[in-house]
Amino acid sequence: MSSLQMPKVDSSILSNKDKIVSDMGSIIKPKNVLSHPDELRPFETDGLTAYRKMPLAVAMPETVEEVSKILKYCNENKIKVVPRGAGTGLSGGSMPLEDCVLMAMGKFNKVLEIDYENRCVVTQPCVTNLAITHAVQDKGFYYAPDPSSQIACSIGGNVAENSGGVHSLKYGATTNNLLGIEVVLMDGTITKFGGKTMDSEGYDFLGLMTGSEGLLGVITEVTVKILKAPEVVKAALVGFPTIEDAGNCVAEIIAQGCIPAGMEIMDKALTKATNDYSKAGYPTDAEAMMIVEFDGTEHEVEDYIGKVKQIAEKNNSSSLKLSKSNEERLKFWAGRKAAFPACGVLAPDYMCMDGSIPRGKLAEVLNEISRLSKKYDLPVANAFHAGDGNLHPLIMFDANNPESLRKCEEFGADILKYCVKVGGALTGEHGVGIEKRELMCEAFNDKDIQQQLTIKVALDPNSLLNPGKVYPILRKCAEEGRVHVHGGKTKFPDIPRF
Amino acid sequence: MSMEEKQNSQTFLDFNQSVLKPITREQISEIIKESYKKSIPLEINGLNSKNKIGRNFQAEKTLDLSKYSGIIEYKPEELYIKVKAGTPIELIEKELDKNNQQLAFEPTDFGYLFSGKSNSGTIGGVVSCNFAGPRRFKVGSARDHLLGFQGINGKGETIKSGGTVVKNVTGYDLCKLLSGSFGTLTVLTELSVKVLPKPETSKTLIINNPHVKTALEYLGKSLSSSIDPSGGVFYPDSFEKHFSFNDLIHKGALIGIRVEGPTNSVDQRIKRLSEELDLLENEYSVLNVEQSNIFWKKTKNLEVFSNTEKNLLRVVVPVSETLNFLQKLKNVDLSYFLDWGGSLIWLELNDISIKILNEIKDITKDHNGYFTIIKVEEDMKASADIFTIDPIKYKISEKIKKSFDPKRIFNPGKMYTGI
Repeated sequence: MSSLQMPKVDSSILSNKDKIVSDMGSIIKPKNVLSHPDELRPFETDGLTAYRKMPLAVAMPETVEEVSKILKYCNENKIKVVPRGAGTGLSGGSMPLEDCVLMAMGKFNKVLEIDYENRCVVTQPCVTNLAITHAVQDKGFYYAPDPSSQIACSIGGNVAENSGGVHSLKYGATTNNLLGIEVVLMDGTITKFGGKTMDSEGYDFLGLMTGSEGLLGVITEVTVKILKAPEVVKAALVGFPTIEDAGNCVAEIIAQGCIPAGMEIMDKALTKATNDYSKAGYPTDAEAMMIVEFDGTEHEVEDYIGKVKQIAEKNNSSSLKLSKSNEERLKFWAGRKAAFPACGVLAPDYMCMDGSIPRGKLAEVLNEISRLSKKYDLPVANAFHAGDGNLHPLIMFDANNPESLRKCEEFGADILKYCVKVGGALTGEHGVGIEKRELMCEAFNDKDIQQQLTIKVALDPNSLLNPGKVYPILRKCAEEGRVHVHGGKTKFPDIPRF
Repeated sequence: MSMEEKQNSQTFLDFNQSVLKPITREQISEIIKESYKKSIPLEINGLNSKNKIGRNFQAEKTLDLSKYSGIIEYKPEELYIKVKAGTPIELIEKELDKNNQQLAFEPTDFGYLFSGKSNSGTIGGVVSCNFAGPRRFKVGSARDHLLGFQGINGKGETIKSGGTVVKNVTGYDLCKLLSGSFGTLTVLTELSVKVLPKPETSKTLIINNPHVKTALEYLGKSLSSSIDPSGGVFYPDSFEKHFSFNDLIHKGALIGIRVEGPTNSVDQRIKRLSEELDLLENEYSVLNVEQSNIFWKKTKNLEVFSNTEKNLLRVVVPVSETLNFLQKLKNVDLSYFLDWGGSLIWLELNDISIKILNEIKDITKDHNGYFTIIKVEEDMKASADIFTIDPIKYKISEKIKKSFDPKRIFNPGKMYTGI
């Protein structure tokens, strides 16, 4: 992927840069259009930092009407647009293109309405995930999805990627906690899908837009459900002598009818790294460690914890530590949530993968990852949202060494292919972006991809909104509305792909 | 292939028949390809439990999927079941019950409404209509439980999306788009559906004789509480004859609030709830698990409207709007009950005319909600708009329809004219 081709650069757009910048400066405030390389530099990459490209210009609209006008202008002048929220995405979904206008939504940063009666919050898209909880926590409410980057990631970006988090086993991902959005289509049409009610009728465009990775529209307003915080939350740290034991324990907890609020597993490498980094009190001698959390009323939580203790013992657990206070519980999570910086200490760079697998395949997949780690000679540490089967291997490499990057990409691709092979998915919550674009054919055949592209063409006939992301396409065929991809191989390898 | 299957497979493509009953996916695909080629509109059917919902439309043939039935794979420990689209909900629920699991979104059995007896239909139909039961506000509706599907688009091409794992963001979420599309985009063939453990127990707090205004206050408080209820309904006193339970100490209007989970916890939460709502002992009663289950079965299946001759509308508004909405309908001859903590209003109308329908539609829109006509006199079904839609969404819907079904052969006009 380090040689990944992006859509063909339209040289007429590049040569027209001054006019485009000046035109946009007449649509929105001139100071909100950035075009000097020094101003553009901060926007050249997102959370997938191995890939960078400077955009033609950055537009920072302040109102939905401005978003609409900019999109309409770009649509009429065949200028590509890449939307961007907080830029924390891990799959390169908001990586700019050389000839694109990057639409930075940073000025949409206000919570618009807190509506306790209808248990929802209406907010602009660039408010951070955690800020929504902060806005309602004094009344004991919170917003459930909690991606690890929640302190920085924007709610609009969460919608675009359908972000999950460690509690999505019980509370679902973004799509299950969203009531409505306002969205602007590439032709400038402003519309609302959903509102403050559940299941708006007609086609579920809210569901379609969620997780569409900025390819179908630009989100300008979001309405999310809020929940009353549970009375009691307790977590347990459980050590296991083998990954198999940990995997069996997870399967049995679920089979017994317990649905924890969160259930995480880390392998020995990551347990040690995170414990060194955040002093979370983890059992560093265990081959696998599980954090399991229950919430609800006191009796409910006690009841579940009792069950988990029994199941863990039956599955040879080597240690079990129960959180005695909320502070201690948060400390348990602090380690897990610091998995990224902890790996940053171990290697110059790391790539975080994001496959989904059936829970029962955990041991098999981790064994394969460990085999691949030897094959590629790159260390790996594994975090796993065990409850919902979402695996995050962190591959450590050195981005300054092209060979190391190449090996890391191949390693990552092999892991994801294996996830698909055992019945899982290429991506559980980070999105396809540019990172997994070429792997789409592992999960889908021609017809599947073609159907999705037809939807794209229906809403954005010129394929100007975030092109080159998610779908592997032959340029020629894309224009005709057809793709010819099979088993990852194109029929016409000499034609530039995007 | 058995003899019977062979015979069926030989006869199904006889286009002189008006009802086509395929038994394999290949046959379904053949039928659709042929229909695409000849532009033959198809009405997609399962067990005819919900086919009366929607606009009247002309279809030359019926594609009956009731014979395309069966469980393909059920993995209780992975919390999913993969079934053919024509599989009866009844069969799925029976199978899940063996492992103490369930379809948590509580599919409504519309059989009572239309024919006075149970007919919960097929999984394909339930997903296509996306009507969720009382647990909606806690666990979501069918669209939140569909993990993946395989289907055949309007050109006869087999397509799929999603899979069997809960976390999956690979490509557009077509599971959501197809849920609630009333069979107008794709003929579903296989569905992977999330299943969840049944709660250990379930009890229901019944509050006696509240006024609707008080009822909405109680429901609001309950749903905003860390008690975490999984159902909240209000029945006005006109329905009292339907609820003669041993545990009920009164007659008249009632609020039902369901609490589910481990036994200890349910008892504790019910007690806490009665305290949080400041209820005196003679103001409430508690239904035990058996009676609670009957109560919620009646509610989810609309049994209070069993075999009604009247018209039924399903209105959803933000709960803050419910009271004002009802007050504006003061002069209309109707009865209603509230589900989803007050956000879902089931309206039974004695007399109906296009004028009344349009009035209610306008009021619904004024209150930021939407309505769907569930049952209406046949002669009105061609002229009335069954669903509400605005011009922008209509235009987008038209494009999406075309991207799946370019010749409009699937249930054409069932949702909207021209779609």
